[in-house]
Amino acid sequence: MTVVRQFAQFVKGSLRLVWHGNAAYWTWLAFLGVLIASGGLAYARQVSEGLGVTAMRDQVSWGFYIGNFTFLVGVAAAAVVLVIPAYVYDWKPIREIVIYGELLALSAITMCLLFVLVDIGRPDRFWHLLPPVGRLNFPQSILAWDVIVLNIYFAINFIVVTHILYRAFNGRHYNTRVVVPLVLLSIPMAVGIHTVTAFLFNGLAARPYWNASILAPQFLASAFCSGPAILLIVLQLLRRFTRFEIQDEAISKIAELMAYAMFLNLFLHGAEAFKEFYSNTEHAVYVRYWFFGLGTHTTLVPYAWTAVGLNVLAFGLFIVPAARRNWVLLNIGCLATYAGCYIDKGMGLIIPGLTPDTLGEIYEYAPSIVELRVAAGVFAIGFLIFTLMLKVAVPITLGEFHGDDAPEPAPGWPVAWH
Amino acid sequence: MTRRQFTTSAAAAAAGFVLTACGPKRLHEMSKDRLKGLIAEMERKYAEQYGTAVHVADTAAMPGVEFAYALDISRCIGCRRCVYACVDENNQSRDPQVHWIRVFSMEKEKGVDFAEANPYYQPKEVPEEGHFYVPVACQQCRQAPCTKVCPTGATWTDPDGIVVIDYDWCIGCRYCMAACPYGARHFNWRQPTIPKDQLNVNTHYLGNRPRPKGVVEKCTFCIQRTRKGRYPACVEVCPVGARKFGNLLDPESEIRYIIEHKRVMVLKEELNTLPKFFYFYAT
Amino acid sequence: MLRRIVLFAAAVVLAGAALYAVGQQPQQAAPQGRPAAAKAEERPEVPPPPFSDGIFPCSACHKDLKVNRTRRVLTDMHTDIDLKHDAEHRWCLDCHDANDRDYLHLASGELVPFEESYRLCGQCHGEKFRDWRAGVHGRRTGDWNGHKKYLLCANCHNPHQPRFKPIAPKPAPVRPTRPPK
Repeated sequence: MTVVRQFAQFVKGSLRLVWHGNAAYWTWLAFLGVLIASGGLAYARQVSEGLGVTAMRDQVSWGFYIGNFTFLVGVAAAAVVLVIPAYVYDWKPIREIVIYGELLALSAITMCLLFVLVDIGRPDRFWHLLPPVGRLNFPQSILAWDVIVLNIYFAINFIVVTHILYRAFNGRHYNTRVVVPLVLLSIPMAVGIHTVTAFLFNGLAARPYWNASILAPQFLASAFCSGPAILLIVLQLLRRFTRFEIQDEAISKIAELMAYAMFLNLFLHGAEAFKEFYSNTEHAVYVRYWFFGLGTHTTLVPYAWTAVGLNVLAFGLFIVPAARRNWVLLNIGCLATYAGCYIDKGMGLIIPGLTPDTLGEIYEYAPSIVELRVAAGVFAIGFLIFTLMLKVAVPITLGEFHGDDAPEPAPGWPVAWH
Repeated sequence: MTRRQFTTSAAAAAAGFVLTACGPKRLHEMSKDRLKGLIAEMERKYAEQYGTAVHVADTAAMPGVEFAYALDISRCIGCRRCVYACVDENNQSRDPQVHWIRVFSMEKEKGVDFAEANPYYQPKEVPEEGHFYVPVACQQCRQAPCTKVCPTGATWTDPDGIVVIDYDWCIGCRYCMAACPYGARHFNWRQPTIPKDQLNVNTHYLGNRPRPKGVVEKCTFCIQRTRKGRYPACVEVCPVGARKFGNLLDPESEIRYIIEHKRVMVLKEELNTLPKFFYFYAT
Repeated sequence: MLRRIVLFAAAVVLAGAALYAVGQQPQQAAPQGRPAAAKAEERPEVPPPPFSDGIFPCSACHKDLKVNRTRRVLTDMHTDIDLKHDAEHRWCLDCHDANDRDYLHLASGELVPFEESYRLCGQCHGEKFRDWRAGVHGRRTGDWNGHKKYLLCANCHNPHQPRFKPIAPKPAPVRPTRPPK
């Protein structure tokens, strides 16, 4: 009976927490609500009229949705950047905040799955993917692999996070026999989801732009830039608006890791660009379209150079220790990283991969209003989930929200997890 | 094993069996009886929608047959008769426009190079000076990248070598379109429309039956005709006789004659897709 | 320019022929030396030769005309025929038989009916002829695994001007467009 009572308490308490907040909190929720409503309406139109309301066509058959999906898989995978130091090296300053990385991963995967759902032509048939009623073309289809690894990764993070938080709610230490193996498993899984997502594109010989073995490493490198970039901003917001304390050292260390990741990202991009331009085969046409345009088709060129500029700027900022400790520069670096990687992976990966199409035709894709609205709606759902989870998780980790039976938590409780 | 465990697992096994045996499945995997029932249902639905009797065949592949196609590049004049014969025969959407065959005008000086190709040529008369034409549709690859990537197994190669799509199982993810090196797959971005009086009522459930929006479609070598021994519509309409079709396993077939006597090539040979659509130069 | 469509068959249809003695019934007298029809199994099923209306049999007019073997520009009849089929080396009677106008003849002198004109064409265009027999040159309809219908060379190529005439293409596909705002 205690279990039921405790759970009821947890649910009731969580709802109370979510239901109470200051003006900023409600404004934020209202903002997300508006985006979700707008996205919902746009999606309803897309479902009733078909994907023709997007700017995708036979020539460019994937676009903004799949770009966002790819980017967010990277964000989800980036939780591992925190998990490795936290659990493997037991490095204290990061272990305090690793749970937020995992919450971010959960929200990111939710967004990934939503982006796939809004991209498919027959969302009413998504169950065709679910055995035993459906049929998953495993192991041939890399998309089948992606469905599997994303769901496993989601499940692992979900179990770890809820277990830790719920135990903490009840004033108990988490069960190491549950958490440690799962966390250790989540490390290869994080690499796995992004590798599999890279292979999704990589395996298509029809698209030389993607058919490069550098793709998976490059995916991971850019993921380890963009994921932490979001997290650093979130952590600073938490520090500002809650009693949550995060050591400067942790933030600076993450920024340092980002600098290395960004270096790797730029290096791999450079290696790819060298190969394309120096060998100058007919396959260079896709990189050329991205960076210079083809004839009068230059829609993507400003995006390409903006992404390069932002990534270089971020690298320049994060590589200088003094800049990492300067809050203004740090945040500029985070935003630059986020935006740079977002453009790079959203627009820069998908669209040049499909332009020109396999028979040489150039259709200049750029997302339609409906796509932008639906995508904004999906992001809003992700941020809403993240916000609500934080609203519950932060008080738990601060010891402010706990069950009646829980012993008084020791000060600085999260640190004392082991 | 306790009784409770036993009961639970027995129930699970029973549920699994029921779902597998009776649950929805790809059309080619289900029992003949169930398929017949579904086809009758399709015919009823189409008849209602188009106000005329529609026949949906389920003709199976003939044993000992592997279809192949050959197109004489030295002959084709780029008149696009095949494109529109295909649209009519295979009930392709008129608006939005779906064309399973795309004809590319190429410059003789540059050879077969899609980077320089133009599918939108519209001179008064064809052939144009200095140009030749390469029509492209599904190459019915032996190692088809499209079927490999399909996450639900909604597209596969039938025993006679035709790559088919189950329009009732496709979820519209378009991964196959990204994988196809020949731009052969087309998506129904909106509800396809076919004027009632232009509907071809002789259909095949894996071929030219009317498609819903949100699924992928492509050339099936006119499965509804060829499985009954007839030539594809594009072969019969071609005014210059550039299009050839037959059984690769029959040494007396036109296809075998072409492969053995002519200069033959396939598109994007380096991708190892092993097309069963050959291009040749008869002169 | 499109690769030149290979010149096919020589004269099939002498059809355009002079026909001013309208209504006169041709005589049935079969001249000597007429060939036996090709063996049935070797004979592909072909449509009738594409004669102009009322032109055949040629003998309807020609039987009363004196044979004039002089190479010349025709002024009284068949003025619509503009020979563009190796005209430098060839003239009507190289293909049409002078003695029996209802037949063509091979280089050997063997008479060939218009229904088998492909044999005449095949004399020069041997490779095309073999391709055609194999079903590879020219359009074929019917069943890929059974009854196939051939066309005569002359059904596609005007024997006097075998070159294909350019034709108007069907409309280009519509270009992909972004959705309306």
